[in-house]
Amino acid sequence: MSAIASRRSSITLSMMLSWGVVALVALGLVTTTFTPDISPLDAPALAACLGLLGILGVRFGLGLAHHRIGDIALGVVTTLACGFLLRATADHAGAATTGFFFLLLAAWGAAWLFIERLAAWKLKGAGAKALNLAIPVLFGIWVLVVWELVTVGLGVPKVLLPAPSDIWTRLIGSVPILWADFRQTFLKAVIVGYVLGCGSGFLAAIAVDRVPFLRRGLMPIGNLVSALPIVGVAPIMVMWFGFDWPSKAAVVIIMTFFPMLVNTVAGLAASDAMQRDLMRTYASSYGQTLTKLRLPMAMPFIFNALKINSTLALIGAIVAEFFGTPIVGMGFRISTEVGRMNVDMVWAEIAVAALAGSLFYGAVALLERAVTFWHPSIRG
Amino acid sequence: MTRSSPLSRLAAGTTLPVVTVVLAIIALWYVAAVALNTPFQRDTYERAGQTDVPMSLLITDTLTQKRPVLPAPHQVLEEIWDTTVNKAVTSKRSLVYHAWITLSTTLLGFVIGTSLGILLAVGIVHSGVLDKSLMPWIITSQTIPILAIAPMIIVVLNSIGVTGLLPKAMISTYLSFFPVTVGMVKGLRSPEIIHLDLMHTYSATRLETFFKLRLPYALPYLFTSMKIGIASSLVGAIIGELPTGAVAGLGARLLAGSYYGQTTQIWSALLMASLLAGVLVGVIGLIERSVLKRMGMAS
Repeated sequence: MSAIASRRSSITLSMMLSWGVVALVALGLVTTTFTPDISPLDAPALAACLGLLGILGVRFGLGLAHHRIGDIALGVVTTLACGFLLRATADHAGAATTGFFFLLLAAWGAAWLFIERLAAWKLKGAGAKALNLAIPVLFGIWVLVVWELVTVGLGVPKVLLPAPSDIWTRLIGSVPILWADFRQTFLKAVIVGYVLGCGSGFLAAIAVDRVPFLRRGLMPIGNLVSALPIVGVAPIMVMWFGFDWPSKAAVVIIMTFFPMLVNTVAGLAASDAMQRDLMRTYASSYGQTLTKLRLPMAMPFIFNALKINSTLALIGAIVAEFFGTPIVGMGFRISTEVGRMNVDMVWAEIAVAALAGSLFYGAVALLERAVTFWHPSIRG
Repeated sequence: MTRSSPLSRLAAGTTLPVVTVVLAIIALWYVAAVALNTPFQRDTYERAGQTDVPMSLLITDTLTQKRPVLPAPHQVLEEIWDTTVNKAVTSKRSLVYHAWITLSTTLLGFVIGTSLGILLAVGIVHSGVLDKSLMPWIITSQTIPILAIAPMIIVVLNSIGVTGLLPKAMISTYLSFFPVTVGMVKGLRSPEIIHLDLMHTYSATRLETFFKLRLPYALPYLFTSMKIGIASSLVGAIIGELPTGAVAGLGARLLAGSYYGQTTQIWSALLMASLLAGVLVGVIGLIERSVLKRMGMAS
């Protein structure tokens, strides 16, 4: 039912998109693109962009080449058109008017059409995996392109929102500073705090698990604490442990401890009575049951906590730096560069933080796949 | 065995263990307060030329310092009492005033975030393109330490003239939309194929299927995510208050306390924030229970 309905609607949607592109191109042709009075026919790059998009829309709208090669052609043509549009915009920075937005919308429609077609591909095995990776990547690139076009075309002040190209230039130009900040915040505070916090949470959970009384007492409190704004202890930790990284590591330890404790205790209770009975019939000791049955069963829960903590740790370390720090560190850089209105530097720092956070999360997720290969959610 | 004695029955529930653990935490807090405040106190005695200070005096002195390293629980409670009951609610020294500012930011951000989350989830469930292209980025968006951008968002929005609650609420929005989106996507997809097929045999439109089948199914997920969402919304509001130059709000209170070494003030703001978090989550829980009860889904 839903397959038929969605196919019908997706065809109409792509048809609408393709004719929409044609209409927007026509509008773009008759309006002024850049002040003063530059229409697409005055700039070769714009004319090329317009022509490509127009041909694409008409070709798809007439129902020609609705197959994979045609879809790839869609992608190539859209990329070329965007390239021309970017070039033209760079030449006329800050001069965009009505026509520019018609062109931007036309390019947006073409890109949407391409992704729409890609999402409808039925692939198997490695191809499907690659496609599932490619679609979000293309979407991300497209967001960057629109960001660049809008900021450059409208001449948005850099203080407000720098263009991706500016951020990239700044990123490349200040690698030593960014590396020093990364080392101070990530390699020292985050890693140390994460390892100590998760480790102590894990050990505490095993201790708590042995005493049912403690488990019943600690669990409601642990759940409550997970809802609390623990980042708030940052000023206290800075007071106690000084400005350097140990105070940040302490914040990270406190933030990561409770999710680990709660999840591990829940995980240790995950094995069935039947399985525990089997271990008893094997006359296994507490330690053997723990290492051979209960800890492996708890691994999905433990990795859940490790994943939650990987993002919490970075947040904790950066926020703690707002309360006092030596003159290096990601949080310090962000707060000072905001004060100096060097917003492109802030964005470069954010890009580094985002990359580090995503890689950290990805590494934990990969480790999870390797350790809990037996779990239904991994086996698929 | 005293199997039926009231004490063992209490111990088997959660009340006694929880009370015991809370008492243990308070006791530990006192011990830590004495231990951490002792060096400064000894220093004071030395400068005053006092020697042979009895242990009992040392302990009482460490628990009554003006700016302790770690204030004792009763000092924090005194501070909270002093700043909530003894001050007019409109006064800038009143903790109620600051808590109210934080609360309004939290609620505004939470409402926007929840609406955005639900909208995104509806889009993702009904469009294959959005599901494939947007969903991975929504997950990635949360691996970015967004709190790090908070100061910049606020400074930038202030510079273009957007002031007041909204910039701070945007941080809360960013943090609270994610759990709602993820939970609602899961919830809206939770009806079984057989139920969707039934709706189809009734020739229900997508809209009818949505309101009569998908939405009721998704409600329990929505409430669970809203509990997480409002807690992170509060964190966002507090962090959002840090860079506003310490004007008002619990976050500003934290920052001012850390600038001037007012530890009691920091701890009372922290305790107030925790109280707020507990109340907010509790209120959502109450709404959840009454709504699910009316829908016949209460467990």
